[in-house]
Amino acid sequence: MNLEKVIFGFFIVLAATLNFGFFLGSIDNPMHHHIYELFAAIVVNLIATVLKFGDRTQIGAVHLSTSLVADLQLVAAACVWAIAVHVTGEGMSAYVTTSVVSLSGGALLANFVSLVLLISETVMLRR
Amino acid sequence: MNTSIFFLALRRMRVPLIVLIVLYAVSTLGLTLVPGIDAQGRPAPPMSFFHAFYFVSYTATTIGFGEIPATFSDAQRMWVTVCIFLSVIGWSYSIISLLALVQDKGFQQVLQSGQFARRVMHLGEPFYIICGCGETGLLIARALDRGGIRVVALERDEARIQELELEDFAADILVMCADAAQPQNLLLAGMKHRSCRGVLAITDDDSANLSVAIASRLVNPGLMVVARVASPAVERNMMSFGTHYVVNHFEKFADYLAQAIHSPSWFRLVDLLTGLPGQPVPERHDPPVGDWVVCGYGLFGQAVVRNLERQGVSLTVIAPEQNLPVTVRHIVGHGMEAEPLRLAGIETAVGIVAGGDNDTNNLSIAMTAKEINPELFVVVRQNRAANEVLFDAYDADFTMVPSRIVARECMALITSPLLTRFLRHVRAWPDARAATVARQLEELCGHRVPQVWSARLAAADAPAVHKLLTTQEATIDLRMLRRDPSNRHEYLPLLPLLLVREGRDQELPDDDTVLRPGDELLFAGARAAKAAQNLTLDNRNALEYVLTGHDAQGLLWRWFNPARNSAGNGGSSP
Repeated sequence: MNLEKVIFGFFIVLAATLNFGFFLGSIDNPMHHHIYELFAAIVVNLIATVLKFGDRTQIGAVHLSTSLVADLQLVAAACVWAIAVHVTGEGMSAYVTTSVVSLSGGALLANFVSLVLLISETVMLRR
Repeated sequence: MNTSIFFLALRRMRVPLIVLIVLYAVSTLGLTLVPGIDAQGRPAPPMSFFHAFYFVSYTATTIGFGEIPATFSDAQRMWVTVCIFLSVIGWSYSIISLLALVQDKGFQQVLQSGQFARRVMHLGEPFYIICGCGETGLLIARALDRGGIRVVALERDEARIQELELEDFAADILVMCADAAQPQNLLLAGMKHRSCRGVLAITDDDSANLSVAIASRLVNPGLMVVARVASPAVERNMMSFGTHYVVNHFEKFADYLAQAIHSPSWFRLVDLLTGLPGQPVPERHDPPVGDWVVCGYGLFGQAVVRNLERQGVSLTVIAPEQNLPVTVRHIVGHGMEAEPLRLAGIETAVGIVAGGDNDTNNLSIAMTAKEINPELFVVVRQNRAANEVLFDAYDADFTMVPSRIVARECMALITSPLLTRFLRHVRAWPDARAATVARQLEELCGHRVPQVWSARLAAADAPAVHKLLTTQEATIDLRMLRRDPSNRHEYLPLLPLLLVREGRDQELPDDDTVLRPGDELLFAGARAAKAAQNLTLDNRNALEYVLTGHDAQGLLWRWFNPARNSAGNGGSSP
């Protein structure tokens, strides 16, 4: 067993699960989407991205790009939240919630691709 | 190359980046959990994520705007204290890692080899790759640089490279610290570059030279490959796969020595033609005919014995090994001692070759022998250039310096391939003929070593002459190439040595030889003569003047001239 592989897999799966947890629920109900969960998802996604740095293989490149997509979507979601709550003062209205959650939904898809890559890589290894 | 540096940097920065992300996350999270106070000192809800992130961002980078948006509660201050220490540690760690990465040897090597490859790629002029820039390589690099040819060098030793960078070269020499035996380094050095003219494998390691030669034969068969070897086995190996020139300095020197005994003037001529141009003519030492003593029977000793025997010189070998497979008289012992030397008949011998692989011993042999027989002709082998001071002080009749021999050979091959061909012809000459030519050359060049160059009467190399020969059907004889283009009644100090026409060689062509397009000529003479001759070859006006004594008149000039003449004052400008 390789510790590096364990950590790598752990962060990728955790990024996807946290993302999924935030996404789950009615899309326009702010009660179903806790902001702390978004924060955790962003942090874990960033760590997963850094873990993917420096791999020059084809699969490593795709891994990195999916992670970058997820980061971008989640940071965009966080920005929408910050603007709605602090700048415009609109608060977490149904409209804002929908937009934050749908952005995180996009990130979830990217994270899902990342998961598929991880699994297919493992299956191909045959050891 | 750049992407690989980028990936390497990212890979090394993984841990510091993750540490930073975690520290930021923990600090921000903490601030969103610790309750604050409002303006009246009543408890207030904690900061939101946005404010927490804002605060951490400016605190972690030690900008420190103060307590924004509201004054902090004591609990918040407590947490912020922790955050400050955490972030300072995190940033210091990241910056130190980054600095360590930049200073890392491997990283710098990647950076340098990338830069080297890029500079080689952008070279627009012809260049040679020198593998192994030791003493020999440096000599060649200097000579090539003086001749205006670019050099790309590979050298394994870091210290040598630093020395090389201090050298005063006319054009920048591109040098990389790398093992030339690795093919990828040769590729970086531009082996497949379209301007690459040749590869010189002149490290002091036969096997490295062998791998360079093989690599260049395989990767770019069109390249000229010159390799240096010491062992005859490796030499045969190299010749077997078609290395163009193999320079075995032991064999070369032994051959020269044998030829010099046989025909001193031949050697004199070789010495003049292959020497470093512009330097004073070397003193003449003619090795005498008679009995010779050879000390040491290594690769060099064997080469000397083989070549001298071929010339019918009677020989005695002194070597400490008991039963040597040697065909000549063998005295067991060391040449440094008087007894074996006497046994070898040093009193009656005419010459001695001190050919061991230890410089001190060689000098000791030479001095002991000279004490016994002051008339002796002494040949010593110098192994290390660092000992030059000693050998200069001793001043033997002949000093065999491997690096100088290899450098000479390589330069002769690069600058004038015809020279090797010419020298092969000269071998068959009677001594008197060689003596005449040598004397002529010495007088022409004012007792300095002449420059040797070849000229091809082709459109690219001699446009003016080629054009005249092909289109206007004029006859030009060789005398015209000897005339001075600034005063046609004077002759340039140069001597035509060889004319190659359709594969046939004509030695010492005379003045009346009529030139034809495609002829290749070999000249020797003063440096200035080469430049002047180049003018005749290239420039139509100069050629016209040399041929007829009149300046050529261009179309525009002829058209313009009557107008100027009618205007009155002919030459002066308004």
